[in-house]
This record gives sequence, structure tokens and C-alpha cells, in this order.
Amino acid sequence: MIKHLLSINQLSDRDILRILDTAESFREVGTRVIKKVPALRGRTVVNLFFENSTRTRISFELAAKRLSADVINFSTSGSSVSKGESLKDTALTLQAMGADAIVIRHASSGAPHTLSRWVSASVLNAGDGTHEHPTQALLDLFTIREHIPSFEGLRIAIVGDVRHSRVARSLTFAMRIMGGEVTLVGPPTLIPPEAAGWGAEVSHDLDAVLPKLDVCYMLRVQRERQRQQYFPSVREYSRLFGLTRSRVRGLPEHALIMHPGPMNRGVEIASDVADLPRAVISDQVTNGIAVRMSLLYLVLGGGRASSSEEDSERSEPEVA
Amino acid sequence: MGEPARLLDSGEIRRAVTRIAHEILERNKGAARVVLVGIAARGDDLARRLATEIARIEDHQVPVGVLDITFYRDDIGMRAEAPEVHETRIPFDITGRRVVLVDDVLFTGRTIRAALDALVDFGRPQAIQLAVLVDRGHRELPIRADFVGKNVPTRMDEDVRVLLREVDGEDGVVVVEKGETREREPA
Repeated sequence: MIKHLLSINQLSDRDILRILDTAESFREVGTRVIKKVPALRGRTVVNLFFENSTRTRISFELAAKRLSADVINFSTSGSSVSKGESLKDTALTLQAMGADAIVIRHASSGAPHTLSRWVSASVLNAGDGTHEHPTQALLDLFTIREHIPSFEGLRIAIVGDVRHSRVARSLTFAMRIMGGEVTLVGPPTLIPPEAAGWGAEVSHDLDAVLPKLDVCYMLRVQRERQRQQYFPSVREYSRLFGLTRSRVRGLPEHALIMHPGPMNRGVEIASDVADLPRAVISDQVTNGIAVRMSLLYLVLGGGRASSSEEDSERSEPEVA
Repeated sequence: MGEPARLLDSGEIRRAVTRIAHEILERNKGAARVVLVGIAARGDDLARRLATEIARIEDHQVPVGVLDITFYRDDIGMRAEAPEVHETRIPFDITGRRVVLVDDVLFTGRTIRAALDALVDFGRPQAIQLAVLVDRGHRELPIRADFVGKNVPTRMDEDVRVLLREVDGEDGVVVVEKGETREREPA
């Protein structure tokens, strides 16, 4: 299917559905007493994290382990990266050690793409700069589909710091591929000028958008953006763009509330709102493991260079 | 190739299922501890038919689960594409039960090997037995069936296809030359 996952835009709607359908089966594995299958036994997955992200790393680690792959965590602190080793040298080292897949998180947009040209391993983008975070978008789609069966015409608002959010980009692209309607909501300073080209609507008035939504997706707001003068104060931000209890009343009955985590309770989302039954935020976390298992399986479960054509041919009919 | 050779027609399949249901009850001294687990796809449909027969004979509804063995295959990474995954649903505890695995065709035995590995991840059955509609020979592993609808000698270059009305719209077992178009991907 695919060798690398660098960007949502490399996927077709059929690819996305295959990833989600395969993830359904892996979710079932997560409900067993023994939450582990031998599918990727003997494969090595490296988590290469140049930026801190405990949640994403743990999710990938658990996904790989539940597939019986061997996992190596390679993070910047305490590694040769802090001694000035370049991305290229790190990549070649991992290559020489026989990594089959490299999951990379990097502060520079495009780092996974560059890495994929240096190594024969599959590269999975776990977030690069302000570019993309494709596995987050896929787990979001999976979570939405648990409640709303079709993406066609589905209306989602992505609210907050769209400008600096790779989640917003990946999710917008993914929803557009699947036929959903996206509205990006936030103060003008936090909506990037290029957003017009994403096929999404833009609004600066959250209250006006709420009544037509199927999904209200809140982005994390980083307080340092205030120092950078993207908005005047956290309090004002939260008054205009925070999802409060009274705003939830403006949402249709069925609408879901989502957040990629970690949340700033009381800033972009009120604490009691985050705990409502329709806030499926912890489902997103659980589903992240199944979706990442699905991706690792689809990327690594295909051909290895030295495949024995005859053998697989022979056992084919009965394995059917 | 012209018309594929038909090994079993719908009446023969029905009688084979009835006989196997009787044999399962005889071997296990009733249905009390029996559970059926069909291997996707088609094994699960056969398992449901067996359950219906057992209910008719014994007036006891045995639980039916469906098992997808994809994650336990021994050839993952040896084909161009990752094998397609089907649903697994075993909504009951198999520990201490007599599990009858159900599949349409027994061939190399590799599917059953994978299914045995998968089952023990769900619990510790008292016994595992195997029921198949067709045993076509050519085993590559030391595996045999406890209940067989029909033994059919085949050549390696032939393909045995079981058609069931639940998925194919009609019942039948046919032999075709390998490489002819299949309605579904082998999984």
C-alpha cells in the first residue's frame, strides 16, 4: 500500500478507509486478555524523537509492542544527537542497525521526508514542525467514525491556534479527502494566510459556527504565543474561543467534542466540558494505539526485498 | 478452463453439515461445553450452520465466534501487500470449553496452525477440535481434522473453492485451475 507515511496528502480516500478498517481489527486485539499478536515478530521499530512527546512516543511504542516488534526509543536528551550528530548520521546509524521502521518527531518541517531519502526503512511522521501530524488525523477520523458513520458532508470546526498546529493541517487535509466540510476558527493572527488554499472555510466567530457542527475540535493553545503577541491575554482568548459549558449548549445534541491533548483545562476547553460524555478525548488516546498498529502493520506487513514468491504462492489458497 | 468440476452440491453440503453436527455431539457427549469458532471468511458461516443444526438436534444453542488469523500468519512480509484483515469476534470465554474450529477447506494446515496460536491467546480450552467441509490433502504440517465433510484428492495446481449462499449467493464446492479470477483476495 504505502512505504512511508509522511503526509496525509499522499493518501487516497481508499487508503484512509483501509487504514481505519484495519485499525478496527486491532482495536479488538486491545480488548483481549493477551493484547498482543505476533504479526511483526522480528521487526525493529525505532522511535526517533527530537522533540519531547511522551504521549505520542508511548502510543507508538505500545502499538509496536502489541505487534510483537522490537522497539528502540531514541530521544535527543542523552543521545549522540545532543553531541552534535546530524540527522543524516543518526539515520545511517539506525539503518546500519537494521531498523525496519523509523517513527520520527522533529521540530523541522520536512525532516521525515528528508530522512526517508536516506534510509531503506519505512518512515512514519509523528509530527514535523508546523507541517503535519498524520497519525493524529487518522486516529481522529477513526474516533469520529465510531459515532458518525460517514464523513461525506460531515461538518467539523477546528478551533484555536491553526497557524502553529500540524494537527490542524493534517486533520483538514484528511477531512477534505474524505468529503467533510472544515471550518477553521480562531483569531485572525492564529489563522495562517495559506489556509484559504486548504479547501476550508475560515471564521473568527466561534458562536456563529457551533450550531451547524458535527464535531468541535479544540486545539491546544500554547501560552508562549501570548508573549509572541498572537493574542492579548489568555483570559481574552478563552472568552472568545474557549469551549465553555454555555457554548456547548450552542452545539447540536449529537456533536462530538475532541482535543488532541494535552489539554489546557480552563483555557481552550472548560474543565467540566472536557469531562462530558460527548467529549471523546480519552477515546482518541485509546484509538491512537489501534490506528498506529494498523499503520505499522500495513507499512511493514508488505513485501520485504528477499521474499520467496514461490512459497507464498503455494500456501495461498489454504490460507484463504 | 470451461465449467469447473463440482465436488459437492447444495444438498450434499447440507447433509455433510448435519452429519458433522451429529459427530460433534457424539464426540463431546452433547453440546453443553461445546463452542464453535469459525475461521473468517466462510468458516464462520459454516460454524453458524453447524450451530443451527446442533440446536435442532439437541435443543441447545452453542456459542459461535469468528476468528481472523491474519496476524498469526507465517508469511507476513513475504508478499507485496500486507494481507487483508477480517473481523475477529469471540464474545465468550473459551477457557475450559471444548472448542471446535471450523473452516471450509483444509489444505497445507498453515491456517490451522495460525488459528491454534490465536485461540490460546483467548484462553485455555479443555480441547480444540477441527471441523472442515473439504479436506483436499497436501499437508505441510502435522495437522488433521476431527470432522470432515468430504475428502477430495487434488493436484497442487488446482484450487478448491467453497461457495456459500451467505456470501456467494449459492452453495457448492468446485475445483478450478489455479490462477483463475477469484472473487476475493485470499486473506
